[in-house]
Amino acid sequence: MNELVSAVPWLGKRNPMAARWLIIILAIAAPMVAMLFGRSWVRILDFALLYMMLALGLNLVVGFAGLLDLGYIAFYAVGAYTFAFLASPHFDVHLPFWVVLPLGAAFAGMAGIMLGFPVLRLRGDYLAIVTLGFGEIIRIFMNNLNYPINITNGPQGINGLDSINLFGWDLARNLQVTEDFSINSLFLYYYFFLACVVGSIIFIQRLQISRIGRAWAAMRDDELAAKAIGINTRNLKLLAFSMGATFGGVAGCLFGAFQGFVSPESFSLMESIAVLTMVVFGGMGNIAGAIVGAFALALLPEVLRDVAVPLQQTLFGHVLLDPEVLRMLLLSLAMILMMLLRPAGLIPARARYAHPENLHRSAAK
Amino acid sequence: MITLLEARNVGKRFGGLQALTDVSLTIRKGEVYGLIGPNGAGKTTFFNVLTGAYIPDGGEFVFNGSELPSGKPHKIVGRGIARTFQNIRLFRDLTALENVMAGHHIRTKAGLWGILTQNRFTREEERLTTERAYEMLKYVGIERFAQTVSKNLSYGDQRRLEIARALATEPQLLALDEPAAGMNATETAQLKVLIEQIRHDGVTVMLIEHDVKLVMGLCDRVAVLDFGRKIAEDVPAEVQRNEAVINAYLGGGKHAA
Repeated sequence: MNELVSAVPWLGKRNPMAARWLIIILAIAAPMVAMLFGRSWVRILDFALLYMMLALGLNLVVGFAGLLDLGYIAFYAVGAYTFAFLASPHFDVHLPFWVVLPLGAAFAGMAGIMLGFPVLRLRGDYLAIVTLGFGEIIRIFMNNLNYPINITNGPQGINGLDSINLFGWDLARNLQVTEDFSINSLFLYYYFFLACVVGSIIFIQRLQISRIGRAWAAMRDDELAAKAIGINTRNLKLLAFSMGATFGGVAGCLFGAFQGFVSPESFSLMESIAVLTMVVFGGMGNIAGAIVGAFALALLPEVLRDVAVPLQQTLFGHVLLDPEVLRMLLLSLAMILMMLLRPAGLIPARARYAHPENLHRSAAK
Repeated sequence: MITLLEARNVGKRFGGLQALTDVSLTIRKGEVYGLIGPNGAGKTTFFNVLTGAYIPDGGEFVFNGSELPSGKPHKIVGRGIARTFQNIRLFRDLTALENVMAGHHIRTKAGLWGILTQNRFTREEERLTTERAYEMLKYVGIERFAQTVSKNLSYGDQRRLEIARALATEPQLLALDEPAAGMNATETAQLKVLIEQIRHDGVTVMLIEHDVKLVMGLCDRVAVLDFGRKIAEDVPAEVQRNEAVINAYLGGGKHAA
């Protein structure tokens, strides 16, 4: 939270308290503002929150522990498919949400360890290639496990997933407050996802400022020196992979339940790259960067789709550039500009690995 | 004198190069033990084998009466051996304080659950870690840079920080690999005071060093390696007079005569 606060331009440094409240108010009011432009925008915000969770999880692996993972979306897939198997008409199993969510997280975490073991000795480019392969393997499995026994229903995907049900309160149904006032289901999902993101931030911040976070950072900066001060790099790498994967798995469960449908094409390599781009774009290794990066890059294509077509029509009379083409063009442009102007990301803050108040107390002694 | 570390017939080969041949030596508790020798003599290799970075081809280390596990650096640090590197290897994006705190990792216990729930034990441990790290920075004299990112420290301070980080693992044996390399005379003199202080506080020191004045002024005993073999081991004054040592450094011997 503190990183996010100080990232607020102008206000963050001058008046942290005001910046903090600004963030809270914006986070709460965002779907209401989005509703003014149409319901689809609230949906887009919901997806942006899921991307934030993914970016936070990937940032833990790439930014904190320094392990470049190009197959991160596989864990998202594991979470989503776990939900699809255990809460849909596909196998006619309908376990409650609070049972499936931890299971999805646990399976993804295990998948993380499975990936971690064979790549323990790999670094940099080599690691990236193997993780990329892992991501594709998972997707291809999902694509082909429909024969001879139909497990994943292949490329058609699985339909009719249960919605999120919080102790009898179904988020997929509009909440009827009074007779003529109801809260849209998309809002309910938004606030639930927001709570999940806030929870993730708190968890990750606590990990960051702890002996584990410091050991990860040490391993990232110099593995040999980390070993020489007694850090068990094997265990810590596995922990990083599985913790990152757990966040991916949770986001995957939420995604499955929210969308009501999963299919392998949601988990392509491009998605892995998109999440990595969010982390890099925002600023690797700090929580605020992951959040801002995810928010910006999840919203950008949608804004373009909405603005580019009418804008071109009014300017030229007809559509010159398809929004999809424009998206790639602008994304590339944004990346090039970023590398030139802000090579460390939008928010290049250095992550903190110690509580300053502890230091002040020690220094005062 | 109590023996702290005993190396028995340690050997290490890299392909066709025999980097260490049957090196045996004994380090006593509380002394400063120098390891010298010409470039490529195998001094750093000895450190790497001792601290588990390399697995020896033969021989063993007995530390405090029991054998050290080979090739398991974190276990060896846990037993009480810490090292620094010839070319400084700090965690460059961490502050000085965080570097030392990372060094304390192996002496702390907080697990995932404790960290996520921030229970009292974890908070208290974290506070103590910070406090000890700050003390350690004070000990080596760079506490005013506690919040400076380590890559921005001056060369001499980086060397000091590396020693502080090694000390944070609470070692009984501190292995310093050329700590005075690249230092000017003043810095070397300050370093000498620091190493004497460390010894005075009960940590045995093993020192690889080229600065003859420093070695002779600091070490209780010195071993000389040449082409991977120990050719001498004695008090500094004797080693200086040793013919094999003079030959190793200046060349000569039979051929020059």
